[in-house]
Amino acid sequence: MTPAPLLDLMPALPEFLLLLAGLIFLVVGVLREGDGVRLIGPLSAMSLLIAAAIILASDKTAADTFGGHFRMDAFAAFLKVLIFVGVAGAILVSQNFLEDERIARFEFPLLALFGALGMGMMVSANSFLALYMSLELQSLSVYVLAAGHRDTLRSTEAGLKYFILGSLASGLLLYGISLVYGFTGTVMFDQIGSLLRDENASLSAGALVGLVFIAAGICFKLGVVPFHMWTPDVYEGAPTPIGAYIASAPKLAAMGLLLRVLIDPFGAWVDQWQQIIVFVAIASMLLGAFAAIMQSNFKRLMAYSGIANIGYALVGLAAGTRDGVDGVLVFMAIYMVMTLGTFACILAMRRQGSYVEDINELAGLSRRQPVLAMILTVLMFSLAGIPPTAGFFGKFYVFKAAIDADLTWLAVIGLLSSVVACYYYLRIVKLVWFDQAAEPFDLPLRPAIGAVAGISAILLIVAVLAINPLFASAGIAASAIFH
Amino acid sequence: MSDWPLLSLVTFLPLLGAAIILVIRGDGEVVIRNARSVALWTSGVTFLLSLFLVAGFDPTQPGFQFVERAQWLPGLGIEYHMGIDGISLWFIPLSALLTVLVVVGSWYSVEHRVKEYMVAFLVMDSLMIGVFCALDMVLFYVFFEAILIPMYLIIGIWGGPRRIYASFKFFLYTLAGSVLFLIAVLAIYLETGTTDLAVLQSAEIPLSMQYWLWIAMFAAFAVKVPMWPFHTWLPDAHVEAPTGGSVLLAGVLLKLGGYGFLRFSVPMLPEASAYFAPFVFALSAIAVVYTSLVALVQQDMKKLIAYSSVAHMGLVTIGCFTPNALGIQGSVVQMLSHGVVSAALFMVVGVVYDRIHSREIARYGGLADRMPIYAVIFLFFSMASVGLPGTSGFVGEVMVIVGVFQVNSWVAAFAATGMILGAAYMLWLYRRVIFGTITRDDLKSIKDLRWNEMVAFAPLVFLTLWLGIYPVFFTRPMEPAVAHLIQQTQTVDTAAVADE
Repeated sequence: MTPAPLLDLMPALPEFLLLLAGLIFLVVGVLREGDGVRLIGPLSAMSLLIAAAIILASDKTAADTFGGHFRMDAFAAFLKVLIFVGVAGAILVSQNFLEDERIARFEFPLLALFGALGMGMMVSANSFLALYMSLELQSLSVYVLAAGHRDTLRSTEAGLKYFILGSLASGLLLYGISLVYGFTGTVMFDQIGSLLRDENASLSAGALVGLVFIAAGICFKLGVVPFHMWTPDVYEGAPTPIGAYIASAPKLAAMGLLLRVLIDPFGAWVDQWQQIIVFVAIASMLLGAFAAIMQSNFKRLMAYSGIANIGYALVGLAAGTRDGVDGVLVFMAIYMVMTLGTFACILAMRRQGSYVEDINELAGLSRRQPVLAMILTVLMFSLAGIPPTAGFFGKFYVFKAAIDADLTWLAVIGLLSSVVACYYYLRIVKLVWFDQAAEPFDLPLRPAIGAVAGISAILLIVAVLAINPLFASAGIAASAIFH
Repeated sequence: MSDWPLLSLVTFLPLLGAAIILVIRGDGEVVIRNARSVALWTSGVTFLLSLFLVAGFDPTQPGFQFVERAQWLPGLGIEYHMGIDGISLWFIPLSALLTVLVVVGSWYSVEHRVKEYMVAFLVMDSLMIGVFCALDMVLFYVFFEAILIPMYLIIGIWGGPRRIYASFKFFLYTLAGSVLFLIAVLAIYLETGTTDLAVLQSAEIPLSMQYWLWIAMFAAFAVKVPMWPFHTWLPDAHVEAPTGGSVLLAGVLLKLGGYGFLRFSVPMLPEASAYFAPFVFALSAIAVVYTSLVALVQQDMKKLIAYSSVAHMGLVTIGCFTPNALGIQGSVVQMLSHGVVSAALFMVVGVVYDRIHSREIARYGGLADRMPIYAVIFLFFSMASVGLPGTSGFVGEVMVIVGVFQVNSWVAAFAATGMILGAAYMLWLYRRVIFGTITRDDLKSIKDLRWNEMVAFAPLVFLTLWLGIYPVFFTRPMEPAVAHLIQQTQTVDTAAVADE
């Protein structure tokens, strides 16, 4: 048997690069005990950025490899660039924290890197086998990361909780996959898609149950209602930079997976899965809006905020149209920037050497650190979706798609729940600007944290003038998964 | 001059000033001094530039002038499209002028966080002007809603004791209204394929959609105006806001509701507007009478003026939905007049509040003795608010009442009752604050107006008289635009009749 020509593997070049980098750093880390993380953190971030640059520079026409299980197209490219940049950002903001908390082990950036590899493969998955493998690679990395602060109860609890619930979700997913495989006889997305378009009624019953299980499994990874229970505990328990990591890139990857699965193989069954997505979207938006009102832990608040935000994104998917997917991609890109920026601000909340997470610690921040206060204000108004920040345009796009698909009532529920959600973002702005000053946070701001927070705030503001390239590339990406 | 992007210049110059203030560094005193002067200069130059708009405006044209277009979101066909017509023309110098006066008026009275204060007001200035210039629905919405951010901060940072409650109520209440407007914007865009307001002015939207679109828009604009029963945020916001915040809130922000009706509801949804006009008339008539009665019993000066605002804006909404030129022009004149007079009245209250730190009516009395100039100014604006002939208040109210009388005499009768009640509560307020004998010690040593306060009142006095004595100067440029608006609604009416 002749080995596959190397050229065929080119579509997976960024993943190979990450794999190679990960393996080399593993050896380096073991050899250089002690200060490994200082070297490996920046190097991992850099290799992720290089991988993103390769994707940006390369041709974006669809190409398959690994016998059709792996597909590189404009859709995957769009998400991979965001994911790799997001993971790089999360690694950069984690460095100081890990050192401060004396858990600076080189495995942290490495696991993040392997997680990114898994996410890259997730958005490229073109069969259920590839889907499951890549999802597990990503999940296992995140389980370990969540439990990374192994001497504290909270972190261990977070890791364990995430692992047990995550395994359950993987089980559901696998069961769903087996049902679909059993009723269609294939795991390849293309073949399932054409089978379903042939409308063979005898297939549907079993495969439909399979679809429901698969959707449930992916919804767990997205952390949407009713599979959201793990998110607040994991966000709160995991070390803060790991929270930043979990909240940003994996959500994009899982959303990418959901989009591709629902649109590509199950595109013919829009009417079936639309009901599920509509329900999940409404439940997430409402729960996210109301549950966060009572939170005073900033990370928990961000968990509920994240649930609500994924709910808004699903409104776009519920439309089931190309415009809808387009909107989801734009929304998720903006969501990632907002989440990373906000977690960077949480990491800046450090007083006398120890990190604080209660939002009341932000009282009077504008008196002490006006720049950080302004950054946080921009982030909060963007999360609330108030123009002229980017958050508004994300919502604008998904709700436009929903109204276009005659889901006006869904858009009304979504926008009204965003008014409710606005309350807790305003509460943070209130603490920052209206309240009497508490003790100052430690200065100076760490360069990496300041840079990530600052860049994300600037991006969210500049978006009002320059959001068009994002729209344009998301449009091309969305077209790639419609046949 | 005509080649210049004058509208963009006027819109974004204050934003530039805000950016300059943000980068000012140095020790406290220097920063404060520089922030004040930068704010004064940028807002002043913005106002002067806005006068060029007035000078260059061709009053015979019904269409949009000073039009600017640029690519914004080409994929969606949404453009950066600015332009003004006779209806929006006067709101731009009004917004710019009031910002200058706020900066001048707060020269001494705002002492803490001066830098942020000036930044917030310059940002407000920019957004207020932008919203009146925007000729694209999405652009309009961006300005319309972005205004909430600086206003929220202004109420929350420099406001009174219950400022946090008031700022949240203001923000969430108005936001809840505007998100429904956003739905309407999206639905219109998807129906017609454009967000260009110039095109949409004569768009034909199916009747079945018009009704719910009208209701969605009504939610936003009725909260903004505010119309009874959606007015409850206003007294809270006004009472807690600092003087400058109240001035812009009453002077400009409330006008966004009336302007929205005239720019969106009436031209785009003519059938629905005609259908719902009696509903608006009813709410407005209730607003005029009910809030005037509520104003009568207020103990707090600012609250009293806030309720009188609701009553006066009731006349505006009546005028907006009156299908004749007199009514619509009257509503615009009434908005301008209210913008000047209520802004001035809030400044009047601000003057004594800065000195005594109380707005309670019973706390005052006999000020005529110690503050003669103040007493004259107060009297002048009270009379203007009541609608004394020769002041701006008279012109707007008479135009609206006469206009609506041709359509519905009952509404006119209720609106006229409001004028009588207005005289009652304003005169009573005046008597209690200005006349009588001084009993309290701190009132005995109260100082009359300072130079900066007189400077701030002077242009408002002048405008009130000008608008009252020679209103044609202000109504002439709006005539073609209003005639065009009327013509559209009427062609629709005749077409509907022909169909039947």
